[in-house]
Amino acid sequence: MASSEAGDEKLNALRGNVTGEAHPLVSLEGVTRRFVTRAGVEVTALEDVSLAIERDQFVTFVGPSGCGKTTLMKLVGGIITPTCGEVRLNGAVLVRPSRKIGMVFQRPVLLPWCSVLDNVLFPLKMLGWPVVPRMSEAQKLIDIVGLHGFEHALPGELSGGMQQRVSICRALIYDPEVLLMDEPFAALDAMMREDLGFELLRIWNEKRKTVVFVTHSIGEAVMLADRVIVMTARPGRVVMDVEITLPRPRTPATEFTDGFQEFVQKIKSAVYAEARAR
Amino acid sequence: MRKAAAAVLRGRLLEYGRGALAVVAILVAWELFCRIFSVPKWLLPGPSQILVETWSIRHVLPMHFAATLTTVLGGFGLAIVTGIPIAVLVVYSPFLRRVIFPLLLMLQSVPKVALAPLLLLWVGYGQVSNIIIAATVAFFPIVINTATGLESVDNELLELTTSLDAGVARVFWRVRLPWALPYIFSSLKVAITLAVIGAVVAEFVGSDKGLGYLILTSSGAMKTSVMFGVLVLLSLLGIASFYAVAWVERRLCPWYLPTDSEARAA
Repeated sequence: MASSEAGDEKLNALRGNVTGEAHPLVSLEGVTRRFVTRAGVEVTALEDVSLAIERDQFVTFVGPSGCGKTTLMKLVGGIITPTCGEVRLNGAVLVRPSRKIGMVFQRPVLLPWCSVLDNVLFPLKMLGWPVVPRMSEAQKLIDIVGLHGFEHALPGELSGGMQQRVSICRALIYDPEVLLMDEPFAALDAMMREDLGFELLRIWNEKRKTVVFVTHSIGEAVMLADRVIVMTARPGRVVMDVEITLPRPRTPATEFTDGFQEFVQKIKSAVYAEARAR
Repeated sequence: MRKAAAAVLRGRLLEYGRGALAVVAILVAWELFCRIFSVPKWLLPGPSQILVETWSIRHVLPMHFAATLTTVLGGFGLAIVTGIPIAVLVVYSPFLRRVIFPLLLMLQSVPKVALAPLLLLWVGYGQVSNIIIAATVAFFPIVINTATGLESVDNELLELTTSLDAGVARVFWRVRLPWALPYIFSSLKVAITLAVIGAVVAEFVGSDKGLGYLILTSSGAMKTSVMFGVLVLLSLLGIASFYAVAWVERRLCPWYLPTDSEARAA
């Protein structure tokens, strides 16, 4: 354990040297993405989006469905490429998927024939990395998300929330710099959702990752984030970018503070003003 | 716990017992019907008659049985080793899909019995052509189900592999193929019974051994009892091979657990 932490520190120092703090970790410059639907209609999912995400920030995107949040995720994940504009990672234009990015989807999408442990190790096998050296890391991640004792269970034997925890471990196992989370808690019930949110904050605190988190819920967005970016639908555009200055660590009590409510009100009015305008 | 287990066991016994009782009742009624109305034995022999006459040819039965079993397993195996790769090609190449699927549909719509004389002409008389005929009958569901299974992989799972920049071969062996296994096995269970049908068809058309051949010759000699006996053997062969495939499925896809009612139906 100790040696891997030391390794992380060295890696962090290295990152500092290479990037020289000159570039934001992720940046989008005038990104537009269009799709052609099966019916042959051209749809603009994102239009002229420019933004920069700093290292170790927790950024949430909120907006109505169809505002291109998922498209944005896929662009940063390198799964699709922009129609115009550029996506940059550490200042370099992203032309193919990067292993510096880990993805968590709305559904856990685990391999049903693999145990929890094997599901966590799955990305290593896809990357062609040796599995044995990361074994203790996998166990550590499983412990962090509270799945100790379930290493050999199959996904079918776990609840939805437990499965989603496994998928978070899976995204962290190859130590990516950015964690992309596309409505990761949307399929869970409200209690589980809140619970996992705080769990995620704990992991983020421990592992110091840059998190890009998409959600429908304004409350969730404010609760988790350093910064909330509000988007509108058709075409997807950024309408508001708010720094959330609430103190950390955030707890369930944070929700009842005036500061929290103010942020929620501010974002809500932006979302509805935009909706009324059309 | 033990009481509950005992209750389950008793339930099972009762269930199977009822089934067995029904079979016995039908056999007795059949026997009585034949004796009371003295039905001629070339028309409908009674169960006892069938047993006696089939027993009287017991020295040749193993040879015929083995021949049919070889044809069934050979045809089944051939259908697997051709069907699965073709399904993979179809899934990975849109061009091949457009070329292969119409051909497959053509092959499927031709009655296989009509193909048999052609195969005899090309491959000659004997086991090999029988195996090929059995394979053509068993092959279609394997291709269709394997292709469906390979394509049913969760889209987000594929996006995950894309985000990891994983190669096509890795994704195939570690994601697509295991994902398709339950689909493949459900087609194999259909295919093995089709292979039995194919084997009998082949033996009808051109063969000098096998259970199909035995049915044909005993029908020619008006030995109706032997025909019935061989039919029973054939259905036993079909049932046993089906369960063998189901057993392998349970070993290879333990994550794909059928519900209780399905398990009992299988």
